Amino acid sequence: MLNNYKMNGILTGLLAFVIFATTTQAVQAMHIMEGFLPPSACIVWGILCVPFLACGITKINRLLDRHPQTITFLAMAGAFTFVLSALKLPSMTGSSSHMTGIGFAAILFGPSVAGVLSVIVLLFQAVLLAHGGLTTLGANTFSMGIVGSVTAFLVYYLLQKIGSPKSVAIFFAASLGDLATYVVTSLQLALVHPSEVGGITASFIKFAGIFAITQIPLAIVEGILTVVLFNIITAYAHDTIKPFGEH
Amino acid sequence: MNINWKYNIGLLFIAVLITILPFMIVKNSDFAGADTQAKNTTQEISKDFEPWFSPFWEPPGTETESMLFALQAAIGSGIIFYCIGYLKGKNDANKK
Repeated sequence: MLNNYKMNGILTGLLAFVIFATTTQAVQAMHIMEGFLPPSACIVWGILCVPFLACGITKINRLLDRHPQTITFLAMAGAFTFVLSALKLPSMTGSSSHMTGIGFAAILFGPSVAGVLSVIVLLFQAVLLAHGGLTTLGANTFSMGIVGSVTAFLVYYLLQKIGSPKSVAIFFAASLGDLATYVVTSLQLALVHPSEVGGITASFIKFAGIFAITQIPLAIVEGILTVVLFNIITAYAHDTIKPFGEH
Repeated sequence: MNINWKYNIGLLFIAVLITILPFMIVKNSDFAGADTQAKNTTQEISKDFEPWFSPFWEPPGTETESMLFALQAAIGSGIIFYCIGYLKGKNDANKK
């Protein structure tokens, strides 16, 4: 059995590597565009991400070491983020954006692991697709991989605590995690591009109007898709998955 | 455990509905990316701002763009459904 798990692990790992390495995406970046944050801001956001990501890498190594079969779910979580960030959906505001898919990973493995998956996706998008950017990688990882996934994790945890049904908790976790990502993106842009009149607040409202409002229907769709995927994997593997990465 | 397909397909139907609703509500829009708008707003707010770094490589045209875009979605969903198939197979084998 262990051999089967190992084979499966290697195979899915390879597949995951193939998507990350060969896929390119030319969707417009809904993340912060290359060169749009001054160097100082890029460095600060980058440094803030480091301890979180180090935590995530340690956790992934420990998980794969103790429970090699979790590679299936890791590959799935990575692929989910990858697919959702490829789908630009129209919104009521007359513009388009894409989802993050980060809630799924955050609920399943905890926010630090989700952060590592998001940095992989963001990195490849920045290098191969001119999507997001290398200089803004830290800021984008912070909004999606840290704030987005921590929000999703906390919402799920709190809703579970107060006894709400699992799918309701998953829905709100994924939706609010998605939305939080773009609220932070707006704030990051506002901080370095304050309006002449009204300063940071005025510009935050402007950017939030573009990113966060556009994101609302998409966040709802992301919540729904995450619930469906959870329904499917819990039906087939309810004994294998334990949320929060307590494997 | 069995999958409640009616429930899941109903949920997916709602997701599709939310996605196509903007086409009916918002007329005369090409649904440009939110980042393009943000770019314009940034230039409006900070008039003398110039992006100080540009991407090393950008896809040459829209045809290549949409190919890469389709490829990304295809490979990503390939992995997801490979994993679902694997879990289902394992689950079925354990039942026997």
